[in-house]
Amino acid sequence: MSAHSHQVEKNNLISLIKKDTGVNIHKCYQCGKCSAGCPVALDEMEYPPSMIMRLLQTEDAENEEAVKKSYAIWVCLTCEMCYTRCPMEIDIPTVMDYVRQVSIKEGKTNPKAKSIISSHQAFLDSIKRTGRLHELGFVMGYKLKTFEMMKDATLAPTMMKKGKLHIFAEKIKDKAHINNIFKKTEKK
Amino acid sequence: MKIGLYPGCSLTGSSREYYESVMAISKALDIEIVELPDWNCCGATAAHNLNKELSLSLPARNLAIAEREKLDTIVVPCAACYSRLSVTQHELHENPELKSRVAEILEMEYHGTSKIINVIQFFEQFATEKIKEKQTKPLGFKVACYYGCLLVRPPKILNFDRPEDPQSMEKIMKSVGAEPIEWNYKTECCGAAMSVAKTEIVGRLSGDIVEDAAERGADAIIVACPMCHSNLDMRRPEIEKYKGKKLPIPVLYLSQAVGLSVGLEKKELGILRHFVKVDLPEKKVEVKEIKENKAEIIVT
Ligand code: SF4
Ligand code: SF4
Repeated sequence: MSAHSHQVEKNNLISLIKKDTGVNIHKCYQCGKCSAGCPVALDEMEYPPSMIMRLLQTEDAENEEAVKKSYAIWVCLTCEMCYTRCPMEIDIPTVMDYVRQVSIKEGKTNPKAKSIISSHQAFLDSIKRTGRLHELGFVMGYKLKTFEMMKDATLAPTMMKKGKLHIFAEKIKDKAHINNIFKKTEKK
Repeated sequence: MKIGLYPGCSLTGSSREYYESVMAISKALDIEIVELPDWNCCGATAAHNLNKELSLSLPARNLAIAEREKLDTIVVPCAACYSRLSVTQHELHENPELKSRVAEILEMEYHGTSKIINVIQFFEQFATEKIKEKQTKPLGFKVACYYGCLLVRPPKILNFDRPEDPQSMEKIMKSVGAEPIEWNYKTECCGAAMSVAKTEIVGRLSGDIVEDAAERGADAIIVACPMCHSNLDMRRPEIEKYKGKKLPIPVLYLSQAVGLSVGLEKKELGILRHFVKVDLPEKKVEVKEIKENKAEIIVT
Protein backbone atom coordinates (compact mmCIF):
# COMPACT_ATOMS: atom_id res chain seq x y z
CA MET A 1 0.00 0.00 0.00
CA SER A 2 2.64 2.49 1.02
CA ALA A 3 4.89 1.51 -1.89
CA HIS A 4 1.94 1.92 -4.20
CA SER A 5 0.92 5.35 -2.93
CA HIS A 6 4.54 6.44 -3.16
CA GLN A 7 4.55 5.55 -6.83
CA VAL A 8 1.28 7.39 -7.42
CA GLU A 9 2.68 10.45 -5.76
CA LYS A 10 5.61 10.48 -8.14
CA ASN A 11 3.47 10.51 -11.23
CA ASN A 12 0.64 12.71 -10.17
CA LEU A 13 0.21 16.16 -11.53
CA ILE A 14 1.28 18.06 -8.44
CA SER A 15 4.61 16.19 -8.34
CA LEU A 16 5.20 16.62 -12.04
CA ILE A 17 4.60 20.34 -11.71
CA LYS A 18 7.05 20.50 -8.82
CA LYS A 19 9.63 18.53 -10.77
CA ASP A 20 9.29 20.38 -14.09
CA THR A 21 8.61 23.94 -12.98
CA GLY A 22 9.74 24.07 -9.36
CA VAL A 23 6.36 25.39 -8.20
CA ASN A 24 5.28 23.80 -4.93
CA ILE A 25 1.49 23.77 -4.75
CA HIS A 26 1.55 21.98 -1.40
CA LYS A 27 2.45 25.32 0.15
CA CYS A 28 -1.00 26.71 -0.65
CA TYR A 29 -3.07 27.13 2.52
CA GLN A 30 -6.26 28.20 0.79
CA CYS A 31 -6.37 31.82 1.90
CA GLY A 32 -8.20 32.69 -1.32
CA LYS A 33 -6.30 35.90 -2.09
CA CYS A 34 -5.56 34.68 -5.60
CA SER A 35 -9.21 34.11 -6.37
CA ALA A 36 -10.23 37.41 -4.80
CA GLY A 37 -7.97 39.36 -7.16
CA CYS A 38 -8.46 37.25 -10.27
CA PRO A 39 -10.37 39.24 -12.90
CA VAL A 40 -12.10 36.20 -14.39
CA ALA A 41 -12.62 33.94 -11.34
CA LEU A 42 -16.13 35.10 -10.62
CA ASP A 43 -17.67 35.41 -14.07
CA GLU A 44 -15.79 32.95 -16.23
CA MET A 45 -14.08 30.16 -14.31
CA GLU A 46 -15.82 27.05 -13.02
CA TYR A 47 -12.95 26.64 -10.54
CA PRO A 48 -11.20 29.77 -9.31
CA PRO A 49 -7.40 29.56 -8.99
CA SER A 50 -7.40 28.66 -5.26
CA MET A 51 -9.79 25.81 -6.03
CA ILE A 52 -7.49 24.54 -8.77
CA MET A 53 -4.66 24.51 -6.24
CA ARG A 54 -6.87 22.56 -3.83
CA LEU A 55 -7.97 20.04 -6.47
CA LEU A 56 -4.33 19.34 -7.31
CA GLN A 57 -3.39 19.05 -3.63
CA THR A 58 -5.83 16.18 -3.13
CA GLU A 59 -3.68 14.11 -5.54
CA ASP A 60 -6.89 12.44 -6.56
CA ALA A 61 -6.99 11.22 -10.16
CA GLU A 62 -10.55 12.37 -10.70
CA ASN A 63 -9.78 15.86 -9.43
CA GLU A 64 -6.76 16.07 -11.69
CA GLU A 65 -8.93 15.12 -14.63
CA ALA A 66 -11.34 17.88 -13.68
CA VAL A 67 -8.50 20.41 -13.77
CA LYS A 68 -7.18 19.16 -17.11
CA LYS A 69 -10.67 19.32 -18.60
CA SER A 70 -11.54 22.67 -17.10
CA TYR A 71 -12.36 25.85 -18.95
CA ALA A 72 -10.68 27.87 -16.18
CA ILE A 73 -7.15 26.98 -17.28
CA TRP A 74 -7.88 28.42 -20.73
CA VAL A 75 -9.72 31.54 -19.72
CA CYS A 76 -6.86 32.51 -17.37
CA LEU A 77 -5.44 35.75 -18.77
CA THR A 78 -1.92 35.32 -17.42
CA CYS A 79 -2.39 38.68 -15.74
CA GLU A 80 -0.07 37.61 -12.89
CA MET A 81 -2.31 39.12 -10.19
CA CYS A 82 -2.60 35.85 -8.27
CA TYR A 83 1.16 35.26 -8.19
CA THR A 84 1.80 38.85 -7.14
CA ARG A 85 -0.59 38.65 -4.19
CA CYS A 86 -0.08 35.06 -3.03
CA PRO A 87 1.46 35.13 0.46
CA MET A 88 3.20 31.83 -0.32
CA GLU A 89 4.51 33.14 -3.66
CA ILE A 90 2.96 30.30 -5.62
CA ASP A 91 3.45 30.94 -9.33
CA ILE A 92 -0.07 30.04 -10.45
CA PRO A 93 0.31 31.35 -14.05
CA THR A 94 3.19 28.91 -14.56
CA VAL A 95 0.98 26.12 -13.21
CA MET A 96 -1.74 27.18 -15.66
CA ASP A 97 0.75 27.08 -18.56
CA TYR A 98 1.87 23.62 -17.51
CA VAL A 99 -1.62 22.19 -17.14
CA ARG A 100 -2.73 23.69 -20.47
CA GLN A 101 0.09 21.88 -22.22
CA VAL A 102 -0.76 18.59 -20.47
CA SER A 103 -4.40 19.07 -21.36
CA ILE A 104 -3.54 19.47 -25.04
CA LYS A 105 -1.10 16.57 -25.05
CA GLU A 106 -3.69 14.25 -23.51
CA GLY A 107 -6.50 15.52 -25.72
CA LYS A 108 -8.55 16.73 -22.77
CA THR A 109 -9.20 20.34 -23.69
CA ASN A 110 -12.52 21.81 -22.67
CA PRO A 111 -14.88 22.24 -25.66
CA LYS A 112 -15.73 25.78 -24.56
CA ALA A 113 -12.05 26.69 -24.93
CA LYS A 114 -11.96 25.89 -28.62
CA SER A 115 -12.01 29.49 -29.79
CA ILE A 116 -9.26 30.46 -27.34
CA ILE A 117 -7.00 27.60 -28.41
CA SER A 118 -7.71 28.36 -32.07
CA SER A 119 -6.67 31.95 -31.58
CA HIS A 120 -3.37 30.85 -29.99
CA GLN A 121 -2.77 28.41 -32.84
CA ALA A 122 -3.62 30.94 -35.53
CA PHE A 123 -1.18 33.33 -33.87
CA LEU A 124 1.64 30.79 -33.92
CA ASP A 125 0.83 29.76 -37.50
CA SER A 126 1.24 33.38 -38.52
CA ILE A 127 4.63 33.86 -36.91
CA LYS A 128 5.83 30.48 -38.13
CA ARG A 129 5.24 31.65 -41.69
CA THR A 130 6.97 35.00 -41.50
CA GLY A 131 8.76 35.39 -38.16
CA ARG A 132 6.46 38.24 -37.21
CA LEU A 133 2.79 38.46 -36.50
CA HIS A 134 0.70 39.51 -39.45
CA GLU A 135 -2.43 40.76 -37.74
CA LEU A 136 -4.74 40.41 -40.71
CA GLY A 137 -3.43 36.94 -41.49
CA PHE A 138 -3.83 36.00 -37.84
CA VAL A 139 -7.46 37.10 -37.68
CA MET A 140 -8.26 35.43 -41.01
CA GLY A 141 -6.58 32.21 -39.84
CA TYR A 142 -8.62 32.37 -36.65
CA LYS A 143 -11.83 32.80 -38.63
CA LEU A 144 -11.02 29.80 -40.79
CA LYS A 145 -10.41 27.72 -37.68
CA THR A 146 -13.58 28.78 -35.88
CA PHE A 147 -15.96 29.83 -38.67
CA GLU A 148 -16.72 33.02 -36.76
CA MET A 149 -16.62 34.88 -40.04
CA MET A 150 -18.40 38.03 -38.98
CA LYS A 151 -16.40 38.63 -35.84
CA ASP A 152 -14.76 42.04 -35.84
CA ALA A 153 -15.95 42.68 -39.38
CA THR A 154 -16.55 46.31 -38.45
CA LEU A 155 -13.08 46.81 -37.01
CA ALA A 156 -11.09 46.22 -40.20
CA PRO A 157 -12.38 49.13 -42.33
CA THR A 158 -11.59 51.71 -39.65
CA MET A 159 -8.19 50.16 -39.02
CA MET A 160 -7.52 50.34 -42.72
CA LYS A 161 -8.52 53.96 -42.84
CA LYS A 162 -6.23 54.77 -39.93
CA GLY A 163 -3.33 53.00 -41.61
CA LYS A 164 -3.23 50.26 -38.97
CA LEU A 165 -3.82 47.21 -41.10
CA HIS A 166 -1.28 45.76 -43.46
CA ILE A 167 -2.58 43.63 -46.30
CA PHE A 168 0.77 41.97 -46.77
CA ALA A 169 2.83 40.34 -44.07
CA GLU A 170 6.06 41.85 -42.87
CA LYS A 171 8.68 39.14 -43.13
CA ILE A 172 12.00 38.77 -41.44
CA LYS A 173 15.01 37.95 -43.59
CA ASP A 174 16.09 34.81 -41.82
CA LYS A 175 12.80 32.94 -42.09
CA ALA A 176 14.68 29.66 -42.20
CA HIS A 177 15.97 30.33 -38.72
CA ILE A 178 12.46 30.78 -37.32
CA ASN A 179 11.33 27.67 -39.12
CA ASN A 180 14.15 25.75 -37.59
CA ILE A 181 13.26 27.01 -34.11
CA PHE A 182 9.68 25.83 -34.62
CA LYS A 183 10.83 22.47 -35.90
CA LYS A 184 13.20 21.86 -33.02
CA THR A 185 10.70 22.82 -30.35
CA GLU A 186 7.77 20.98 -31.89
CA LYS A 187 9.54 17.65 -32.10
CA LYS A 188 9.32 16.66 -28.47
CA MET B 1 25.07 55.92 -26.16
CA LYS B 2 23.05 53.81 -28.55
CA ILE B 3 19.91 52.17 -27.23
CA GLY B 4 18.50 49.10 -28.94
CA LEU B 5 14.83 49.04 -29.80
CA TYR B 6 12.72 45.90 -29.91
CA PRO B 7 9.44 47.15 -31.38
CA GLY B 8 7.46 43.90 -31.48
CA CYS B 9 4.72 43.13 -33.96
CA SER B 10 1.93 45.40 -32.72
CA LEU B 11 4.11 48.44 -33.24
CA THR B 12 4.45 47.64 -36.93
CA GLY B 13 0.69 47.29 -37.44
CA SER B 14 -2.26 48.10 -35.24
CA SER B 15 -0.17 50.27 -32.91
CA ARG B 16 2.11 51.95 -35.37
CA GLU B 17 1.39 55.29 -33.72
CA TYR B 18 3.21 54.01 -30.64
CA TYR B 19 6.26 53.34 -32.81
CA GLU B 20 5.91 56.71 -34.50
CA SER B 21 5.69 58.54 -31.20
CA VAL B 22 8.64 56.70 -29.62
CA MET B 23 10.75 57.54 -32.67
CA ALA B 24 9.57 61.15 -32.78
CA ILE B 25 10.21 61.85 -29.11
CA SER B 26 13.62 60.16 -29.19
CA LYS B 27 14.59 62.33 -32.12
CA ALA B 28 13.28 65.45 -30.43
CA LEU B 29 15.29 64.63 -27.32
CA ASP B 30 18.43 63.61 -29.23
CA ILE B 31 18.44 60.05 -28.00
CA GLU B 32 19.91 57.55 -30.43
CA ILE B 33 17.76 54.50 -30.93
CA VAL B 34 18.66 51.54 -33.15
CA GLU B 35 16.12 48.91 -34.12
CA LEU B 36 17.34 45.33 -33.60
CA PRO B 37 18.13 43.96 -37.06
CA ASP B 38 15.85 41.16 -38.23
CA TRP B 39 13.99 40.84 -34.90
CA ASN B 40 11.21 38.27 -34.65
CA CYS B 41 7.91 37.99 -32.78
CA CYS B 42 8.30 37.18 -29.06
CA GLY B 43 5.54 34.57 -29.23
CA ALA B 44 3.27 36.51 -26.86
CA THR B 45 0.61 34.65 -24.90
CA ALA B 46 0.12 32.03 -27.59
CA ALA B 47 3.56 30.45 -27.34
CA HIS B 48 3.69 30.08 -23.57
CA ASN B 49 0.16 28.72 -23.53
CA LEU B 50 0.99 26.00 -26.02
CA ASN B 51 4.72 25.31 -26.11
CA LYS B 52 7.19 26.22 -23.41
CA GLU B 53 10.45 25.70 -25.31
CA LEU B 54 9.18 27.79 -28.18
CA SER B 55 8.06 30.50 -25.76
CA LEU B 56 11.64 30.81 -24.51
CA SER B 57 13.43 30.40 -27.83
CA LEU B 58 11.56 33.13 -29.71
CA PRO B 59 12.42 35.92 -27.24
CA ALA B 60 15.93 34.53 -26.74
CA ARG B 61 16.70 34.93 -30.44
CA ASN B 62 16.10 38.66 -30.10
CA LEU B 63 18.25 38.87 -26.98
CA ALA B 64 21.02 37.00 -28.79
CA ILE B 65 20.80 39.45 -31.69
CA ALA B 66 21.10 42.38 -29.27
CA GLU B 67 24.22 40.81 -27.74
CA ARG B 68 25.73 40.22 -31.16
CA GLU B 69 25.08 43.84 -32.11
CA LYS B 70 26.54 45.04 -28.80
CA LEU B 71 23.35 46.81 -27.83
CA ASP B 72 23.58 46.53 -24.05
CA THR B 73 20.28 48.20 -23.30
CA ILE B 74 17.11 47.38 -25.20
CA VAL B 75 13.95 49.40 -24.83
CA VAL B 76 10.78 47.36 -25.33
CA PRO B 77 7.74 49.65 -25.64
CA CYS B 78 5.20 46.80 -25.74
CA ALA B 79 4.51 45.63 -22.19
CA ALA B 80 3.71 42.11 -23.36
CA CYS B 81 7.01 41.80 -25.25
CA TYR B 82 8.81 43.43 -22.31
CA SER B 83 7.36 40.75 -20.09
CA ARG B 84 8.22 37.86 -22.43
CA LEU B 85 11.80 39.05 -22.93
CA SER B 86 12.29 39.64 -19.20
CA VAL B 87 10.73 36.32 -18.16
CA THR B 88 12.88 34.48 -20.71
CA GLN B 89 16.06 36.12 -19.49
CA HIS B 90 15.11 35.32 -15.91
CA GLU B 91 14.22 31.68 -16.57
CA LEU B 92 17.34 30.99 -18.57
CA HIS B 93 19.42 32.61 -15.86
CA GLU B 94 17.84 30.43 -13.19
CA ASN B 95 18.13 27.25 -15.22
CA PRO B 96 21.50 26.68 -16.93
CA GLU B 97 20.31 23.42 -18.48
CA LEU B 98 17.47 25.21 -20.20
CA LYS B 99 19.89 27.94 -21.21
CA SER B 100 22.13 25.54 -23.09
CA ARG B 101 19.11 23.82 -24.61
CA VAL B 102 17.85 27.16 -25.94
CA ALA B 103 21.29 28.11 -27.27
CA GLU B 104 21.30 24.77 -29.06
CA ILE B 105 17.85 25.40 -30.55
CA LEU B 106 18.93 28.87 -31.67
CA GLU B 107 22.37 27.84 -32.84
CA MET B 108 23.49 31.21 -31.51
CA GLU B 109 25.47 32.41 -28.58
CA TYR B 110 23.34 33.58 -25.69
CA HIS B 111 24.67 35.01 -22.43
CA GLY B 112 21.67 36.86 -21.06
CA THR B 113 23.52 40.11 -20.44
CA SER B 114 21.15 42.62 -22.08
CA LYS B 115 19.45 45.19 -19.95
CA ILE B 116 15.76 45.12 -20.86
CA ILE B 117 13.76 48.26 -20.10
CA ASN B 118 10.19 49.38 -20.71
CA VAL B 119 9.20 52.79 -22.01
CA ILE B 120 8.70 54.29 -18.55
CA GLN B 121 12.23 53.29 -17.57
CA PHE B 122 13.45 54.65 -20.88
CA PHE B 123 12.12 58.10 -19.99
CA GLU B 124 13.31 57.84 -16.39
CA GLN B 125 16.83 56.80 -17.32
CA PHE B 126 17.53 58.73 -20.48
CA ALA B 127 15.18 61.67 -20.70
CA THR B 128 14.33 63.25 -17.34
CA GLU B 129 16.60 66.24 -17.79
CA LYS B 130 15.99 66.61 -21.51
CA ILE B 131 12.21 66.67 -21.03
CA LYS B 132 12.63 69.55 -18.60
CA GLU B 133 14.89 71.44 -21.00
CA LYS B 134 12.75 71.06 -24.07
CA GLN B 135 9.35 71.52 -22.54
CA THR B 136 7.34 74.22 -24.28
CA LYS B 137 3.76 73.09 -23.78
CA PRO B 138 3.07 71.72 -20.31
CA LEU B 139 -0.07 69.61 -20.55
CA GLY B 140 -2.23 71.01 -17.78
CA PHE B 141 -4.94 68.37 -17.94
CA LYS B 142 -5.89 65.46 -15.70
CA VAL B 143 -4.63 62.00 -16.50
CA ALA B 144 -5.29 58.48 -15.28
CA CYS B 145 -2.03 56.52 -15.57
CA TYR B 146 -2.87 52.94 -16.49
CA TYR B 147 -0.21 50.25 -16.06
CA GLY B 148 -2.18 47.06 -16.62
CA CYS B 149 -0.53 43.76 -15.81
CA LEU B 150 2.76 43.17 -17.44
CA LEU B 151 4.67 46.34 -16.70
CA VAL B 152 4.66 45.61 -12.98
CA ARG B 153 3.91 41.89 -12.62
CA PRO B 154 5.36 39.57 -11.57
CA PRO B 155 7.45 41.87 -9.38
CA LYS B 156 9.84 39.07 -8.48
CA ILE B 157 11.07 39.00 -12.05
CA LEU B 158 10.57 42.57 -13.25
CA ASN B 159 11.67 44.41 -10.16
CA PHE B 160 10.11 47.61 -11.38
CA ASP B 161 7.97 49.99 -9.32
CA ARG B 162 5.37 48.91 -6.79
CA PRO B 163 3.06 46.19 -8.08
CA GLU B 164 -0.14 47.44 -6.41
CA ASP B 165 0.18 51.21 -6.63
CA PRO B 166 2.98 52.09 -9.02
CA GLN B 167 3.97 55.74 -9.30
CA SER B 168 6.62 55.99 -12.02
CA MET B 169 4.25 57.08 -14.80
CA GLU B 170 2.63 59.62 -12.49
CA LYS B 171 6.04 61.10 -11.85
CA ILE B 172 6.74 61.53 -15.55
CA MET B 173 3.30 62.97 -16.18
CA LYS B 174 3.76 65.49 -13.37
CA SER B 175 7.07 66.50 -14.90
CA VAL B 176 5.26 67.42 -18.12
CA GLY B 177 2.66 69.49 -16.33
CA ALA B 178 -0.22 67.01 -16.19
CA GLU B 179 -2.18 66.20 -13.07
CA PRO B 180 -2.42 62.47 -12.30
CA ILE B 181 -5.63 61.39 -10.58
CA GLU B 182 -6.09 58.74 -7.90
CA TRP B 183 -8.16 55.86 -9.18
CA ASN B 184 -8.90 52.18 -8.69
CA TYR B 185 -7.97 50.34 -11.83
CA LYS B 186 -4.39 51.24 -12.64
CA THR B 187 -3.09 47.68 -12.43
CA GLU B 188 -6.23 45.73 -13.30
CA CYS B 189 -6.15 43.51 -16.39
CA CYS B 190 -7.74 44.77 -19.63
CA GLY B 191 -8.22 41.22 -20.93
CA ALA B 192 -5.62 41.48 -23.68
CA ALA B 193 -5.06 37.75 -24.06
CA MET B 194 -8.71 37.30 -25.07
CA SER B 195 -8.81 40.20 -27.49
CA VAL B 196 -9.72 38.07 -30.50
CA ALA B 197 -11.31 34.95 -29.04
CA LYS B 198 -13.45 36.35 -26.21
CA THR B 199 -14.23 39.95 -27.02
CA GLU B 200 -17.01 40.05 -24.41
CA ILE B 201 -14.47 39.58 -21.61
CA VAL B 202 -12.50 42.53 -22.95
CA GLY B 203 -15.65 44.65 -23.03
CA ARG B 204 -16.27 44.00 -19.35
CA LEU B 205 -12.70 44.30 -18.01
CA SER B 206 -11.70 47.27 -20.15
CA GLY B 207 -15.12 48.84 -19.55
CA ASP B 208 -14.53 48.99 -15.80
CA ILE B 209 -11.16 50.63 -16.38
CA VAL B 210 -12.41 53.30 -18.79
CA GLU B 211 -15.48 54.07 -16.69
CA ASP B 212 -13.52 54.55 -13.47
CA ALA B 213 -11.01 56.85 -15.16
CA ALA B 214 -13.81 58.92 -16.67
CA GLU B 215 -15.88 59.10 -13.50
CA ARG B 216 -12.95 60.29 -11.48
CA GLY B 217 -12.46 63.22 -13.78
CA ALA B 218 -9.50 62.23 -15.95
CA ASP B 219 -9.29 64.00 -19.31
CA ALA B 220 -7.17 61.20 -20.80
CA ILE B 221 -5.94 57.74 -19.94
CA ILE B 222 -2.17 57.28 -20.33
CA VAL B 223 -0.85 53.85 -21.28
CA ALA B 224 2.50 52.24 -22.07
CA CYS B 225 1.35 49.10 -23.85
CA PRO B 226 -0.15 48.52 -27.29
CA MET B 227 -2.44 45.74 -26.03
CA CYS B 228 -3.88 48.02 -23.38
CA HIS B 229 -4.25 50.75 -25.94
CA SER B 230 -6.09 48.72 -28.51
CA ASN B 231 -8.43 47.31 -25.89
CA LEU B 232 -9.23 50.68 -24.35
CA ASP B 233 -9.33 52.55 -27.68
CA MET B 234 -10.30 50.28 -30.58
CA ARG B 235 -12.67 48.22 -28.42
CA ARG B 236 -14.57 51.30 -27.26
CA PRO B 237 -17.79 50.26 -29.07
CA GLU B 238 -17.85 46.98 -27.08
CA ILE B 239 -17.05 48.92 -23.91
CA GLU B 240 -19.83 51.41 -24.45
CA LYS B 241 -22.24 48.63 -25.28
CA TYR B 242 -21.33 46.78 -22.10
CA LYS B 243 -21.60 49.92 -19.98
CA GLY B 244 -24.69 51.18 -21.80
CA LYS B 245 -23.37 54.72 -22.09
CA LYS B 246 -21.01 56.94 -24.02
CA LEU B 247 -17.48 57.13 -22.68
CA PRO B 248 -15.53 59.54 -24.92
CA ILE B 249 -12.32 59.72 -22.85
CA PRO B 250 -9.23 59.43 -25.13
CA VAL B 251 -6.28 57.10 -24.57
CA LEU B 252 -2.74 58.38 -25.16
CA TYR B 253 0.56 56.59 -25.13
CA LEU B 254 3.03 57.92 -22.59
CA SER B 255 5.36 58.75 -25.48
CA GLN B 256 2.62 60.79 -27.13
CA ALA B 257 1.84 62.74 -23.97
CA VAL B 258 5.51 63.53 -23.44
CA GLY B 259 5.77 64.41 -27.14
CA LEU B 260 2.95 66.94 -26.87
CA SER B 261 4.68 68.61 -23.94
CA VAL B 262 7.82 69.28 -25.97
CA GLY B 263 5.75 70.77 -28.76
CA LEU B 264 5.50 67.89 -31.23
CA GLU B 265 2.41 67.87 -33.44
CA LYS B 266 -0.47 65.42 -33.06
CA LYS B 267 0.17 64.07 -36.52
CA GLU B 268 3.83 63.21 -36.06
CA LEU B 269 2.95 61.49 -32.79
CA GLY B 270 0.35 59.36 -34.58
CA ILE B 271 -2.44 60.71 -32.41
CA LEU B 272 -4.77 61.02 -35.40
CA ARG B 273 -4.70 57.23 -35.78
CA HIS B 274 -6.65 56.61 -32.57
CA PHE B 275 -10.26 55.47 -32.82
CA VAL B 276 -11.46 57.62 -29.94
CA LYS B 277 -10.96 61.24 -30.92
CA VAL B 278 -8.31 62.99 -28.90
CA ASP B 279 -9.88 66.22 -27.74
CA LEU B 280 -7.89 67.59 -24.87
CA PRO B 281 -9.09 70.49 -22.78
CA GLU B 282 -7.49 73.78 -23.63
CA LYS B 283 -5.36 75.09 -20.87
CA LYS B 284 -7.27 77.28 -18.48
CA VAL B 285 -4.77 77.51 -15.68
CA GLU B 286 -1.53 79.34 -15.75
CA VAL B 287 1.33 77.01 -15.11
CA LYS B 288 4.10 78.83 -13.35
CA GLU B 289 7.61 77.81 -12.64
CA ILE B 290 7.44 74.42 -14.24
CA LYS B 291 11.19 74.67 -14.66
CA GLU B 292 13.18 75.48 -11.61
CA ASN B 293 15.78 77.53 -13.39
CA LYS B 294 13.75 79.27 -16.08
CA ALA B 295 11.16 81.96 -16.17
CA GLU B 296 7.50 81.12 -15.76
CA ILE B 297 5.51 79.75 -18.65
CA ILE B 298 2.03 81.00 -19.25
CA VAL B 299 -0.20 78.86 -21.37
CA THR B 300 -3.52 80.03 -22.62
S1 SF4 C 1 -3.16 33.11 -2.68
FE1 SF4 C 1 -1.63 31.47 -2.63
S2 SF4 C 1 -1.88 30.50 -0.63
FE2 SF4 C 1 -3.70 31.77 -0.99
S3 SF4 C 1 -5.19 30.34 -1.89
FE3 SF4 C 1 -4.13 31.33 -3.59
S4 SF4 C 1 -2.43 29.95 -4.05
FE4 SF4 C 1 -3.18 29.38 -2.05
S1 SF4 D 1 -3.06 34.88 -13.96
FE1 SF4 D 1 -4.94 33.76 -14.43
S2 SF4 D 1 -5.54 32.80 -12.52
FE2 SF4 D 1 -4.05 34.37 -12.00
S3 SF4 D 1 -5.29 36.16 -11.47
FE3 SF4 D 1 -4.76 36.32 -13.66
S4 SF4 D 1 -6.47 35.37 -14.76
FE4 SF4 D 1 -6.62 34.74 -12.61
